Amino acid sequence: MNQRNYDVVIIGAGIVGSMVARELSKYELSVAVLEKEADIGMGQSTSNSAIVHSGHDPEPGTMKAKMNVRGNELWYQIAPDLEIPIENTGALIVAVGAEEQSGLYPLLEQGQKNGVKGLEILTREQVLEMEPHLSPDVTGALSTPTAGVVDAFQGVLGAAENAATNGVEFILDAEVRGAVVEDGVLKAVETSQGTFSASWFINAAGVHSDEILHMVGDHPEFEITARRGEYFVFDESTFRVSNVLFPMPSKKGKGILVTTTTHGNTMIGPNSDPTGDKEDHSVTESGMHEILEGAKKLVPMVSPRGVIATFAGLRASGNYKPDGHRKDFLIEVSKAVKGLVNLAGIESPGYASAPAIAEYVGELLRGEGVSLKEKADWNPKRHRIPRFKEMDHAERAEIVKANPAYGRIVCRCEEVTEGEILDAIHSPIPAKTYDAIKRRTWLGTGRCQGSFDYPRTMEILARELGMSMTEITKKGPGSVFLYRQTKEEVV
Amino acid sequence: MDVNTNYDVIVIGGGPAGISAAIEAYNANKGKVLVIERNDSLGGILPQCIHNGFGAINFGEDLPGPHYAHRYETALRELPVDIMLDTMVVDLTPELDIYTMSSYYGYQHYRPRAVVLAMGCRERTRAQIRLPGTRAAGIFTAGTAQRLVNIEGYMPGNEIVVLGSGDIGMIMARRLTIEGAKVLGVMELLPFLTGLRRNYVQCLQDYNIPLHLSTTVNKIYGERRVEGIETIKVDENLDHVPGTEEFIKCDTLVLSVGLIPENELSRKAGVQIDVRTNGPIVDSDMATNVPGIFAAGNVTAIYDLVDYVSKAGEIAGFSAGRYAASQEKNHHEGSRAIRIKPGANVGSIIPQQIFIDDLGDRDVYLSMRPNSLLERMVKVELDADSEPVMSFREQYARPAEMIIRKLKPRDIEKLKATETNELVANIS
Repeated sequence: MNQRNYDVVIIGAGIVGSMVARELSKYELSVAVLEKEADIGMGQSTSNSAIVHSGHDPEPGTMKAKMNVRGNELWYQIAPDLEIPIENTGALIVAVGAEEQSGLYPLLEQGQKNGVKGLEILTREQVLEMEPHLSPDVTGALSTPTAGVVDAFQGVLGAAENAATNGVEFILDAEVRGAVVEDGVLKAVETSQGTFSASWFINAAGVHSDEILHMVGDHPEFEITARRGEYFVFDESTFRVSNVLFPMPSKKGKGILVTTTTHGNTMIGPNSDPTGDKEDHSVTESGMHEILEGAKKLVPMVSPRGVIATFAGLRASGNYKPDGHRKDFLIEVSKAVKGLVNLAGIESPGYASAPAIAEYVGELLRGEGVSLKEKADWNPKRHRIPRFKEMDHAERAEIVKANPAYGRIVCRCEEVTEGEILDAIHSPIPAKTYDAIKRRTWLGTGRCQGSFDYPRTMEILARELGMSMTEITKKGPGSVFLYRQTKEEVV
Repeated sequence: MDVNTNYDVIVIGGGPAGISAAIEAYNANKGKVLVIERNDSLGGILPQCIHNGFGAINFGEDLPGPHYAHRYETALRELPVDIMLDTMVVDLTPELDIYTMSSYYGYQHYRPRAVVLAMGCRERTRAQIRLPGTRAAGIFTAGTAQRLVNIEGYMPGNEIVVLGSGDIGMIMARRLTIEGAKVLGVMELLPFLTGLRRNYVQCLQDYNIPLHLSTTVNKIYGERRVEGIETIKVDENLDHVPGTEEFIKCDTLVLSVGLIPENELSRKAGVQIDVRTNGPIVDSDMATNVPGIFAAGNVTAIYDLVDYVSKAGEIAGFSAGRYAASQEKNHHEGSRAIRIKPGANVGSIIPQQIFIDDLGDRDVYLSMRPNSLLERMVKVELDADSEPVMSFREQYARPAEMIIRKLKPRDIEKLKATETNELVANIS
């Protein structure tokens, strides 16, 4: 197979890889991103709580704390340029009972040490006024006004599309299977799509970042355990909360939260189940029970009625403890081989931290003597596919006049038009699977969960990509929808 | 944007309810009627229902779905009624403002004098039954599988398990078998069949497809494509019985786990919804609480037989046509309203209200959904203050089969003779 050469190769197109790609696209560098899946953002970046955490939760002095607080700030600056839906909703860490109430003060202090702005402890009355659905048993809350909610996939897509527009190549279905190390220098990686050599490699491989480390003999003791978290998504009409509502944190993490997404659906979860299997995205009966019970403690009216989707995400939970007791992100220029920057064990608050991690990668490379010369024509902006559902009457009348494809509604519940699907297929990082279209347009995510749009979406994909219906997949190789034509001879 | 106020009646949905509503809306007063259908053909779900079993009541014949739809469509197309296909209503207001989107017609705004809601229903999905497991390809609702096989001409799988013994599930079990797939079984959570008995005999028994009652799917395996499922038995409280898990290797799971009336537009327009039917509360005119908005068919409650959907459409259409023509908006003035409530063994009932003095020559079909399985002769009674006003007998009561009674002139006389404002329907 062919060998391609770049200045920088990024392994993994999740939020970290995509943000790093965008950061490096500012400079005169040739950059490629290798992604093992059929689309970007298929891992933990997009199956999580979709929250831009404030940074009150990590322990002071850790990379987690630094990156989270800086990342939070950067998100609100970057998102408008990239047309990423983001809302600075604020979050409440809710205490129930005297014991939890007294726990709010150490949390406040920790947040202040981390440099989080605007922290405040609210009384029961203040909290209930802000969030009438909260349990009457609430005694108070820590308010973290810088927290917010973000469209998790649009975040990855916005950064990646902007990077692509600025010259970064995204190579999908390219799984890294081996590393070529010569004289202590990482020269190339071997993938399912050939060999990629580069002066620098960025390990942003999420739940698989430990495997990349081990390929080059770096941090053999470092290991990622996949901790599964399950979620329920409710129909828009069920109920909403204004802030992200957290219970008091425990050893297991930030707990089962209640949040209303940028799409207007309320979501509850996650639990925390160490599965070990890095590809196990299944939802379990016991997990679903656990998150319902957990969410009810905060919002008693939560019930299975109105649930329109369930999903599970995996957290890349690493065991990196630089000071021996506090778990942290593993962010460093590799000491084992030259030419590698590790961004490993990026679990929560990784999404919130991603823009700061990207910024820091720039500093690390500069520190290594890489010449970062700014491009004269770098474009900071990215435009989203128009969204018919969010348009007013005049805008709708206008867009269908300009392009009749926007007049054909393919997904009834979410009102996604054929025009939006065509835009997704012909975008800077083309959508080539059903799920890739679903994530770009939000088609099939409503009440009918795709029952009506499947056949039509498959037809459009087949037509536009010049493929047969039996080649159309849900999420890449091995996930076809249709086996054969009815009148085809069965061999 | 200009608003088009030329129409007397706009029918939303061109399925069986919508077609017959449009015909009768025109017949009522020869006014201007428009049917808006989001699909590229009329008939709703019928064109993909290529099996027979339609038309026994309205035509005295056993017709396949497309044939049944064709007869009504032909009748409609003989009338000067406008039809817009491939057009979706995206908004409906309590003032009867209708906004539609279409590639061909663009974005349009209408304000007719009356509206008939005939949007039908959709299938319950995996999320609504909170089915655990992965999100692999190979999980289809029965209706989607039916469309893929019968309209698109593609097979969604080779080794198939069906969850739910609803009619479409059983019909698809047979259809997929005929097309060369192996249907490994139909799993039903409840201790009894939820579809029609005749479908059990003709679709499952005749094709040696096993039916497993009190059994559900506990887990789906396979990250990319379904690789298998785990089934589990349930007890009388529908709780899982540990130790009864069984793994079945398959590539496809077809879900037939119920239908839900599609009322997003109705809610936007402020139409009151009955929590039992999940459809609008309607009266003997098939009128909703919003003046000028009528509803018929599966949008009001899930029917078993399309013949009755057509009949309900006729009533709604005729009432809408008459409403549009009358200057007097409250034409029920002076009529006593009798509310009808479900009682013993009755899950739901439509219409929920009868204007007893204002029926004219209109038919009233009391449509009751039993909520218990009674395999014996039963008595259906309408009681006022616990005293029976009218009653009739049925061979049995099954949740899978709606009990439909067309009120006879003497029934109506009996109701008129009471002074009650509320009747309770009981099955015993």
